[in-house]
Amino acid sequence: MQISGAQMVIEALAQEGVTTVFGYPGGAIMNVYDEIYKQENFEHILTRHEQAAIHAAEGYSKVTGKVGVAMVTSGPGFTNAVTGLADAYMDSIPMVVISGQVPMSLIGTDAFQEIDAVGISRSCTKHNYLVTDASDLARVLKEAFHIAATGRPGPVHVDIPKDVTAQIAEFDYSKPVELETYKPVTKGNARQIKKAIEAIAAAKRPLLYLGGGIINANAAYEVRELAKVMGIPAVETFMARGTMGHENPLLISMLGMHGSYAANMAMSETDLVIALAARFDDRVTGKLSEFAKNAGVIHVDIDPASISKLVNADYPIVGDVKNVVEAMLELAPKKIDSARYEPWLETIGHFDSLHPLQYHEDSERIKPQWVIERIGELLGDNANISTDVGQHQMWTAQFYPFSRPRQFISSGGLGTMGFGFPAAIGVKSGAPDKVSINVTGDGSILMNIQELMTAVEYKLPVINIILNNNFLGMVRQWQTLFYDKRHSSTDLSVQPDFVKVAEGFGGIGYSVSTKEEFDAALKDAVEKNVVAMIDVKVHRMENVLPMVPAGGSLFNMMLEYKDK
Amino acid sequence: MSDNVRRVVSVIVYNESSTLSRITDLFSARGYNIESLTVAPIPESKYSRLTIVTSGSSRVIEQIIKQLHKLIPVLKVYEHADLVEKEMALVKFPMGENISDIDAICGAYNGKIVNVGTDVIFVMVADEPKRVSNFLNAIKKYHPKEIVRSGAVALER
Ligand SMILES: Cc1ncc(C[n+]2csc(CCOP(=O)(O)OP(=O)(O)O)c2C)c(N)n1
Repeated sequence: MQISGAQMVIEALAQEGVTTVFGYPGGAIMNVYDEIYKQENFEHILTRHEQAAIHAAEGYSKVTGKVGVAMVTSGPGFTNAVTGLADAYMDSIPMVVISGQVPMSLIGTDAFQEIDAVGISRSCTKHNYLVTDASDLARVLKEAFHIAATGRPGPVHVDIPKDVTAQIAEFDYSKPVELETYKPVTKGNARQIKKAIEAIAAAKRPLLYLGGGIINANAAYEVRELAKVMGIPAVETFMARGTMGHENPLLISMLGMHGSYAANMAMSETDLVIALAARFDDRVTGKLSEFAKNAGVIHVDIDPASISKLVNADYPIVGDVKNVVEAMLELAPKKIDSARYEPWLETIGHFDSLHPLQYHEDSERIKPQWVIERIGELLGDNANISTDVGQHQMWTAQFYPFSRPRQFISSGGLGTMGFGFPAAIGVKSGAPDKVSINVTGDGSILMNIQELMTAVEYKLPVINIILNNNFLGMVRQWQTLFYDKRHSSTDLSVQPDFVKVAEGFGGIGYSVSTKEEFDAALKDAVEKNVVAMIDVKVHRMENVLPMVPAGGSLFNMMLEYKDK
Repeated sequence: MSDNVRRVVSVIVYNESSTLSRITDLFSARGYNIESLTVAPIPESKYSRLTIVTSGSSRVIEQIIKQLHKLIPVLKVYEHADLVEKEMALVKFPMGENISDIDAICGAYNGKIVNVGTDVIFVMVADEPKRVSNFLNAIKKYHPKEIVRSGAVALER
């Protein structure tokens, strides 16, 4: 059929089954917005900043597993979106982001609101396109969705000049994607898988090292089964929280910079690392030369470039982790005797009782860790938990009882303050039946506070829980520990009245300084089911522990901090 | 890890305006140096061949190759020792130099005089990159005014 470029965008999104788009209009993308006005295929959610539109689409994608879609205009609309693109790229989130561009005739003339968008997005997207002819749009959009969702997922950016959205051309979305140069390997090599199973059978202290790719691949339940069949303990990365479920006896905890003593010791003592869709990030490994020093390495990943990038893999297996784990599940019962690893499990139990993940209560002020535990007790499985970035984020990862994949939504790779609230809005729109919590800090929340308006307008009742320590806490912690307490530009004593701010936008605010007040506030917010901010005054100087100082070895953890 | 050696990487890519910048961006973003790069379409196909000369440890090269593979428009990446490799150089000499000497040296390196102007002569050679370097050393004493090297092209055996 012959339709305009703008209509093609609407049509393609409809064909892809898109039901929610987050965005912000402007000159170069007005033709598309005009078509959005006329259609009823999807809901368009107007965020109050383009960065928030991308984060909301990320949250939506993370909780639903679908491709997130966002739309912005040229120039500043696009540049505002870049942080979101980079965030989605680092965390392998499937996204299609469409931006308007100045008309073809003006490209390269420093026209009003012109920026080389594909030049900028090249290094922070999986792929990008500048569409110069409307007759390419069907192919490009179809490829964009395909590339975003397959292989190692990631964001794809499509930049469309204004005259191309006005151009009438033929549109046929039925042609299958033909990308001769892009064919991700999904099935693991059977011989390698067999060898890996043999290595596991021969190991004494094997350890499953679970990464966020498991959640992307919807493989968490297969991984739980594999761990159970083999009787092998598991550590989760920050991105993999929820994979095993907090009640699983084989789950040790999170590992890495703020991982538990038992998890980090298990990694240091293991003789065989079974890495499933994890990428040996520096926040996980600490000093590389000391990481799992005496262990062999099995590494399963969809991205060949992740394998042997940082740690040499003795058994590299390229493939979709779900397929590979299913193949392993076929061999494991015959080849592996779980009784063999019982002494190892005992050793780990010993590590755990030696230094369990804990905090010390304080009679004067609420401890931030208590708040996380309490949210878990009150809401547990019934909530999806987004976070911002900082101490509150690490405490959430450490203390929340995650029970399922896609329950924890946080910016891992890029560590983007301001991610949490818009992400939680996207989470609520993608999973309306669960409570959507954003655990945030008094610093981070101000980085996208304007989204109170979006949440109120679209009745997406996100509950923001501010662990308010009057500090940029995580930076303050490093200053305390490594900069001799010179708290340079991290004191946030001057702050808004968060209750009034919430009310000013039409939400509800609670100021909380006791445990009783906290319980009452959270229950009230959940019951009223409206946009809320719970400002919890917590202990100011609490540190996230244990901690492996940057570049240190996993087994050299700071377990306590005593103020001298 | 200190085996920092010269490597030739040959990349077959889909012909698109943005492909070259995707590849050079990949090198610069990761701090990999490109020594030379040639690119031209492969006749009667939708593909081009790039020949990139770079250097690094085997670890670095392995990463480069994997990262190249990850780019959507990249079809194939070859990196192995068994290549037939050639490079061309063009050199401009002042007329006053000993033309027959220069001509003889060119002959030894697969080259010849290709253009004679009123006050300059042009010669070209095409040979293995290392021999091209040798040639350029050998002609130093004839005061070359300008030298241009094409960068290596290579085909796997
Ligand atoms: C956009 C951005 N800017 C700066 C940083 C560096 N940074 C990391 S944590 C942090 C402090 C966060 O403070 P807050 O949100 O109050 O959380 P807390 O650590 O106190 O829990 C900062 C500034 C960042 N991660 N992101």
